[in-house]
Amino acid sequence: MTLKASELNVGDTYTETVVEDLKRTQIVMYAGASGDYNPVHTDEPFATKVAGYPTVFAHGMLTMGLTGRMLTNYVGDGRLTEFGVRFTSQVFPGDTLQSTATVESVENGLVSLTVSTTNQDGVEVAKGTAQARVD
Amino acid sequence: MAVDKFSIEASHIMMFARSIGDGNQIYYDKDYAANAEPGAIIAPPTFVQASAQFDPTYGLRPGIDGIGWMGSGSNPTSAIRREAPKSEESGSGEDERKKRQGGGGGGLHAEQRYVYHRHPKVGDVLTASSRPGETWERVGRRSGKLVFRESVTEYRDQNGELVVTAISVGVSTERPVDQK
Repeated sequence: MTLKASELNVGDTYTETVVEDLKRTQIVMYAGASGDYNPVHTDEPFATKVAGYPTVFAHGMLTMGLTGRMLTNYVGDGRLTEFGVRFTSQVFPGDTLQSTATVESVENGLVSLTVSTTNQDGVEVAKGTAQARVD
Repeated sequence: MAVDKFSIEASHIMMFARSIGDGNQIYYDKDYAANAEPGAIIAPPTFVQASAQFDPTYGLRPGIDGIGWMGSGSNPTSAIRREAPKSEESGSGEDERKKRQGGGGGGLHAEQRYVYHRHPKVGDVLTASSRPGETWERVGRRSGKLVFRESVTEYRDQNGELVVTAISVGVSTERPVDQK
C-alpha cells in the first residue's frame, strides 16, 4: 500500500488503536526484543519501592514503536524518511492508545505529517512529526 | 553507545515486530518481502534502538560478569553492586555504578527522532557511533529540576554509508514524575 500525492489533502487524518488494555507481558516482550531491561518497566518491587512509581510503565520506545506501526500502515513499507516524537506522559499497564497522523503538507514527493498518540483519558502520551515518500 | 557489529537478523526483527504488536509480513516473510517494494525483510522504524543488544557495555542489561543488578531478587534492591574482583581492570566502581543506574528517580527518555537515509534490511551489518548533542535545563511542575541531554547516533552500513541518524534526548528528573 502506498499513498498518492494527488489523493492527499492537508488536514487528512489516519487513526489506529495501537494497543488495547496494554499488558505487562507486552512490556516484557519489548524489553526482551529491544534489550532495554531497565527494571522500572518490568519489575514491580523495583518500580514501586525503589523508583517510587505507582507501578511499572512502558518504555517510551514501546509507545513510539506502536505509533510507528500506525505510520507504516498508513504510508507503506520502507517509505518513512523522518519520524520523531516527544514523550509527553507515561504509559501504564491497562492503557489503551490511539495514534493519529494528520497531513500537514504534500510537496516534492513527500508528505509531512503531525503525529499524536493519546490514552483512554485523552491525555497525549507522544507527539511529533513524520515525513514519508509518496507516489 | 558504540556498537561495532549490529547484524540485522530476521528472527530479531520478527521478535521486535511482535513486541510492538505489528504482524506485517514485511517483518517476517522473506518470500513476501522479495516481491514487495523494499525487496527484502526490513526493520520497523524504531528497530535500531535494539542495537543495545550488541553493545557489550550496555548499562540497562544485567551483567554476566559478577557485577550486580539494580532490579529486585529477594529484595526490591536498588543500584547495588557486588564487589568486583580487584583484578578487573574495568572503569572505577563509581563510574560502573552510574552506568548501571538510569532507573530510579533518575533517567527517562524525553524525545527520540530518526532520519532514515534508507531502511535497514536483513543482511546488513551496521555500526553505531554516538556523540553528545546539546544539554539544557528547566524546572518541571511534576518532577522538579529537569536536565535534558541530547545524544546523536549514526548507524552506518557495511559500506560505510549512513543508514539512520538517531537523535535521543534523555532527561534526569529530581524526583519521580508526579502522576497527579
